[in-house]
Amino acid sequence: MRVRTKEIAPSLVARRSVLDLDDFSREEIELVLETSEAMKEVLAREIRKVPALHGKTIITVFYEASTRTRVSFELAGRSLSADVINLNPSLSSVTKGESLIDTVRTLQALGADMIIMRHSEAGAPYLVAQHVQAKVINAGDGWHAHPSQALLDLYTIRERLGRVEGLRVVIVGDILHSRVARSNIWGLTKMGAEVVVCGPPTLLPLDLNTCTGYGLPRLAGVEHNLDRALEGADVVMVLRLQMERQQQGLLPSLREYIQLYQIDEERLARARPHAVVLHPGPMNEGVEIAPEVAHGAQSAIEEQVTNGVAVRMALLYLLAGGAGLARSIS
Amino acid sequence: MIAPNTLLISGGRIIDPSQGIDLVGDLLISEGKIASVGGAATAPDGCPILRAQGLVVAPGFIDLHCHLREPGFEDKETIATGTRAAAKGGFTTICCMPNTEPPIDTQATVEYVIKTARESGVVRVLPIGCISKGRKGKELAEMGELAQAGVVGFSDDGSPVADSRLMRHALEYSRAFGLPVIDHCEDLALTEEGTLNEGWVAIRLGLRGMPDAAEEIVVARDLALAELTGARLHIAHVSTAGSVELIRRAKAKSIVVTAEATPHHLTMTDEWVMGRRGSPDSSDSFGVPLRDIGGSITYDTNAKVNPPLRTNGDIQALRDGLRDGTIDAIATDHAPHTIVDKLCEFGLAAFGISGLETALGSLMALVHSGQLDLSLLISKLTAEPARIIRRNGLPPDLGTLNIGAPGDVTLFDPDREWEVNPAQFASKGKNTPLVGQRLRGQVVATVCEGKVVWKA
Repeated sequence: MRVRTKEIAPSLVARRSVLDLDDFSREEIELVLETSEAMKEVLAREIRKVPALHGKTIITVFYEASTRTRVSFELAGRSLSADVINLNPSLSSVTKGESLIDTVRTLQALGADMIIMRHSEAGAPYLVAQHVQAKVINAGDGWHAHPSQALLDLYTIRERLGRVEGLRVVIVGDILHSRVARSNIWGLTKMGAEVVVCGPPTLLPLDLNTCTGYGLPRLAGVEHNLDRALEGADVVMVLRLQMERQQQGLLPSLREYIQLYQIDEERLARARPHAVVLHPGPMNEGVEIAPEVAHGAQSAIEEQVTNGVAVRMALLYLLAGGAGLARSIS
Repeated sequence: MIAPNTLLISGGRIIDPSQGIDLVGDLLISEGKIASVGGAATAPDGCPILRAQGLVVAPGFIDLHCHLREPGFEDKETIATGTRAAAKGGFTTICCMPNTEPPIDTQATVEYVIKTARESGVVRVLPIGCISKGRKGKELAEMGELAQAGVVGFSDDGSPVADSRLMRHALEYSRAFGLPVIDHCEDLALTEEGTLNEGWVAIRLGLRGMPDAAEEIVVARDLALAELTGARLHIAHVSTAGSVELIRRAKAKSIVVTAEATPHHLTMTDEWVMGRRGSPDSSDSFGVPLRDIGGSITYDTNAKVNPPLRTNGDIQALRDGLRDGTIDAIATDHAPHTIVDKLCEFGLAAFGISGLETALGSLMALVHSGQLDLSLLISKLTAEPARIIRRNGLPPDLGTLNIGAPGDVTLFDPDREWEVNPAQFASKGKNTPLVGQRLRGQVVATVCEGKVVWKA
């Protein structure tokens, strides 16, 4: 089998970076999803490698802990035959006080074609993109954005339900502190889905209402009652609850959070029968999601992880200048 | 032989709100003091002349609130560079905040600042002393000794006085010296880790916001304590509509309070942080709700300031406050920082805007748009701040062109357009969100005690 390439849309070659989905057109998102399909086929082969990025150097710089995203990007790069180097900032000169800009300029001077960065400070990849010629992918910045996660979520939804347009997607949990929620709100609305967010008021601030249609796309609903939010849902996206939210005074207790906001089988029954459950990981099983749901038939959580590699291959490939790939495999 | 510091400023439009003067004529400074105002002055032979046709001639501006960073942070600014920035911005008197290292909490530090200003500065520098020792908010600084050494007020600026009891005692104790206690109003529990205004921009950028209430809670507390103690309270850098309303009500109750607002809080909103640099005075699209805006955003650390840039509603309330006298004075809160302090992740960047050199150009937008009378603007930069810092030992006539007053004069062209280029700043602090912006209104010459300290 081989992948037959044909141009179906402009590639992302004009882009110097992928920082969020807010500046993506629907066509660009479609292109990534189409290309991911072809990449998924590559990953199904016995030899899961194509030479597309042979000779390119990708450096991942994760200032914040990550398992799946970093490994996923690394596998994606290797499957495209790129040289992938993982910089561990805690072992590098960063601990000697080197500034972010100096660090990434050094990486560029060492020959990085692409820098994949995670950072606890929102906006850090924007700063980097302004100061290097290398292409920059945001692998998560603070509470702000996580575009590759949103793309893999879109891909997984479409794979399960055949479309994104017109679906009702409910994002449940700590919306305030979630980059996954923000990027998904952009991506889902651009693709024509309705987005409802639901969580306790301390994690779902008032300003989300006032900024709806202003700084963020118009939401179909901002709900504090989970049962009501789940009515008619096609997709339930469960967010991780950081345990420190209780110490910060945002929640009275985990027990109460579980009672009010955990997605369990009984609650899930309020969604539509075909509804898909997503979680960006890592999960706190028994907190935001019941184990029966996490591992049940409606869960697409493992597929998200698998699809993540294909989607990230597509992103790397397109950003490096690759043209769109048709889905057709000969 | 001409007496030193003698200067004829000829043919300008002289505006002095302290005397209700607005006329075209000459202004003569003799031996560093105002000698005549209006008409055609007869200058002694060989007297230097500044031609001011088409220019406004105003009393030298007074800045109640700036950071000169010396001693301790000379990489950010020195008294030499900060006073030159002041001169370039039209300021002849500046009050410097005590959050230096060491802080200005002892007589020796006050004396150091005054001495350094005399040796290396080009405009009058009036230090503000700390409220608490080491700005720690635990024990009162030796306010009496600081007053003797020449401070014009007390402040722990940069930090609020969190302890209400200490604030009460600071206000009570200050009454012995008749000097204002200047508070930076911020409830730290509500602003912890906050980096910009709490609102939709913060949500959009994924940053922790600082709510209006964090300022207003402390403003309300301070007003109650001012009422309790009868002392002179001055509220620094008012930024919210709610604070304006609280101060307005307090003044109606005859509580002794004065307040300042900064040029940036009067002209910019939190949208500047994300790169949407609109102005209520010029941009057509300003204040128009954004629909699903995507596209390029930025995290402009030069727009990171504390208190944060707020919203158009707050700007309008601050302007109302200026007009009705709730806000007495305009102060720059000039806060210079190095490139390293600002060229970094938004959350890690220092708070502050280098503001001395853009103040007039920013503020003239209010005049050009018909929002503020030119004479009132000048009053907020001259007579009003002078009233707040009036004290024994200072020239009695700052902020005025009274005969015999110090020959402090600012000449500016109200219509000259210029582009903000921080590389040309006299200040070491190049940190301004106005980079590349065109402003209308520029200082052409600044005269301090008859000496020309800046000339474009």
